Parts: sequence; structure tokens; C-alpha cells
Amino acid sequence: MDEALLRSLTPSVLTVLVRRGADFAAAEDAVQDALVEAVRVWPADPPRDAKGWLITVAWRKFLDQARADSARRRREDRVDEEPAPGPTPAVDDTLQLYFLCAHPSLTPSSAVALTLRAVGGLTTRQIAEAYLVPETTMAQRISRAKRTVSGVRFEQPGDVATVLRVLYLVFNEGYSGDIDLAAEAIRLTRQLAAHIDHPEVAGLLALMLLHHARRAARTAPDGSLVPLAEQDRGRWDTASIAEGVGILQAALARDRLGEFQAQAAIAALHADAPTAGETDWVQIVEWYDELARLTDNPVVRLNRAVAVGEADGPRAGLAALAAVDASLPRHAAVAAYLHERDGDLTTAALLYAEAARKATNLAERDHLTLRAARLNSRRCR
Amino acid sequence: MAKYLLLKHYRGAPAAVNDVPMDHWTPEEISAHVQYMRDFADRLEKTGEYVDGQALAPEGTWVRYDGEGRPPVTDGPFAETKDLVAGWMVIDVDSYDRAVELAGELSAAPGAGGKPIHEWLELRPFLAPSPTVTDCHAGG
Repeated sequence: MDEALLRSLTPSVLTVLVRRGADFAAAEDAVQDALVEAVRVWPADPPRDAKGWLITVAWRKFLDQARADSARRRREDRVDEEPAPGPTPAVDDTLQLYFLCAHPSLTPSSAVALTLRAVGGLTTRQIAEAYLVPETTMAQRISRAKRTVSGVRFEQPGDVATVLRVLYLVFNEGYSGDIDLAAEAIRLTRQLAAHIDHPEVAGLLALMLLHHARRAARTAPDGSLVPLAEQDRGRWDTASIAEGVGILQAALARDRLGEFQAQAAIAALHADAPTAGETDWVQIVEWYDELARLTDNPVVRLNRAVAVGEADGPRAGLAALAAVDASLPRHAAVAAYLHERDGDLTTAALLYAEAARKATNLAERDHLTLRAARLNSRRCR
Repeated sequence: MAKYLLLKHYRGAPAAVNDVPMDHWTPEEISAHVQYMRDFADRLEKTGEYVDGQALAPEGTWVRYDGEGRPPVTDGPFAETKDLVAGWMVIDVDSYDRAVELAGELSAAPGAGGKPIHEWLELRPFLAPSPTVTDCHAGG
């Protein structure tokens, strides 16, 4: 049973139903039912034409539900006013589905949930497990999201930037439960790239591939974080890096720079260094300067201070950090690192401890506590 | 998307505005309060923001390890313990502001005289799973 194939067919099956005149919410439910049935039936009786099978079953499920609904409406003495399907404009349906699921009227969490279900073909239970909420809560989040976009015309032009933000959120959530959200985000971004020719889509795909390539090296066997400089570069996935770099270079050649391409360029420079010591920090600082011109996100300036510290020495890094808002998460962590590099271990230990108290995730907190403890025990000896 | 814990205290929180202990309410006021809490949880489930909620008995036991081969030592409850948790609710919301808004609504649960208790609730963010992209340099 090829679950990947099944899920990759989800968007095209769903859009066929919508094109036949089914409303989005009902069509989406019908496709979910068909997927569940496929998982049940296919192992013993695999269809020759998987997509045709799914369309037939989903359409039947849709009709069954529509008949049940209209019978109920007749009982309630209401008029059945199904609009006839209009003329089909020349748009890419899969792309429209991405736009709809990332519609700006949706909150980030509902756009993420709807995208994973309607475009990704994941079940509500899988999405709930990935985000550690009860299945009933996730089911409500999804049906609410569908209600929110129920008035949106399927053909309405969308903004690819909103889709990219949603996919980035999915990627960044990392890993919990059976579903590897990072891998799923890559799959969905790759699929999007096949439907729209846009350098920022390529930039995001490259960024994801370059980060994903380092995943095995990013955590120690005990689950603790391994900083970039200490990672075993032999464990980086070279095929993934090569693919990411290739996609990025093609995107950059088009001279329409955007945030994701700039971030991917930084990731590519790290990936390119055979050892941490050979990292081209001067170029990385230049990319951070580009990034700062493209976005007013203050985190960029925080990360830039780290890069300046590596390129021009810790004092220069601290000077760059002085201009960054001190209330940012990880500001203390960056300050601690730069002071440590500068040899001021007492200040560094204090700042690491402060950074640990302010950390917003567990692995980072443990990592920072460990660095503070290491410095403290060194000074006591 | 972030998870928050809403903590309700028997003791240890600053005094509520409508600070009449529950055993001095009328039975109707108590059922109105219970209903409000139930409706609140139902509403959060419908908005897709509810994760979990539990109430705790006020009296607990302190337990600690007492060495190899020995049973754990138990002690308490201690009447003087300053901070006593009464229960919690876990929510999964899009922003800190939304978490504050919901905590405010929960604090408006009716108490004596059918008026909002204005009870202080403690709002604590969960430590999130580590994000994929923020590669830590040595500093974090």
C-alpha cells in the first residue's frame, strides 16, 4: 500500500470534485472518506488506476452525503438551491487549492491544519498527533477553517507569499508523532514548485532541503542539541545539500531576490564548509545585510551579530549586538557566546544561565544550562 | 501555535475582586459557576483551541526517595504551603494575546451574587519543541 502515492493524489482528486460542482467543504470530507476507504481496501485489492478509483469513490461519497443533506433539507421544508457549475477558467487547480488553504482570513494554525489535510492528505488524527492536541480539537479547527473559507471563490487569485509562510510553519514545527512534518513540508513545497514558477518557492524549498540535510547531525543520541560548529559534518546528507544548492543557484540567477533565497544562501554557505573553521563568515555577514534590507525582522540582526563575531572577532560581534533589541528571545544566548569567545567566562556563564531561564524550548534550555554549568565548573577548578 | 497552561489556585494567588469562598455561595451560584466552566471548555473545543483540563483535590502528599531498598518517605499535607494549585486548563492558541484574552474570560466565571469572581489565573507558556530552522550556533 503506497501511502505516499495516495497522499500525492489528494489535491487533484479534491479539485476534480470541486470542478464538478461540489462545494469545497463537502468535497474535502468526501476525499478524506475515500482515503480512509483506500487504506482499508487497497492492500487486498489494489486498483489499476489509483486516481480514477479515488475520484469514483470520493464522488460517490459526496453524492451520498449531498442526498442525505437534501433529504434532510426537504424534511425541513427548504428549497434546494445547488448552484450549477460555472464555466471553467484557465487556472491551475492544485495551485488554487494551496491558495485557498492558506487564505489570509485563516489564522496560522487553521491554515496549517487545513493545508495538511486538504493538500497533504493527512488524516485529522495524524495532524492532531503531530501537534499534540486532542483529535476532537483538531477536527473542530479544520471544520472551522473550512467554514471561514466557504465564501471564497475557488478561482480567486491568491498570494504565494501566504502559502510559503504556512509551509515554513509546518517545516519548522519539526518532529513529533508518526508524521515527520519537516519531510511533509518539503513534499508539499516540492509539489508547489511543480505548479508555480517563482524564485521564492524555489528559495524556500532550497532552505528546507539544506536544513533537513543536517538533521541527523543536529541532535546527540541523548536528544540534546549539537551546535553547528560541533556537528559531525560526515553525517550531513550530501544529496539533499546538492539538490538544495542547485535549486538555489537557479533561483538566484533570476535576480529576484527574496527572504527565503537569502536565508537559503546562508544555509548553503554553512553546508559548503568542510569544517566549521572554514566557514565563509564574511559572505554570511553580507547575506545577513541583504536579508536585513528585505525584512524588518529583528532576529535577522541578532543572527547577524553572531556572524559578525565570527568574521571580525567577538568585540565586533558585541558592538553589532549593542544595536539589537535586548528583549529578543536568544539575545542573552548570543551575548553569552560572544563573551565566551572574548574570554570573559564569568560574564558568559551568567548570561548563559539568564538565557536558559528565557529559553522558549526545552532542548535549547538544557543546552544553555549545560554551557553555563561547564563554564562554572571550569572556573571552580 | 503555542500551548499555555492556565493555572487556578486554591491558595497563593493574589486575592480576587469578588473574594467570597465557594462554601458561602448559594447552590444556584455554584451551579451557575460550574456551568460557566463547562461552557468555556466546550467553546474552546469548538474553536479548536482546547487541549486538556483537570481539577485537583486540595489535599496532597509530599513524597521523596529515601535511599536504596527503602520505601519512599511521605509527609504532609502541610497547611502552611503557600502555593496550592486547584486545577488547570491547557490551551493551544495562535498568540500570547489570545491566551491572555481566554484567561480573562475564564477569570470572569460567576461567583457570589452571580457576579464575576475576577480571580487571578496564572498563565504559563509551555516550552515548545525545538524548531527545525534555528540552527544553534554555540550560543543557543
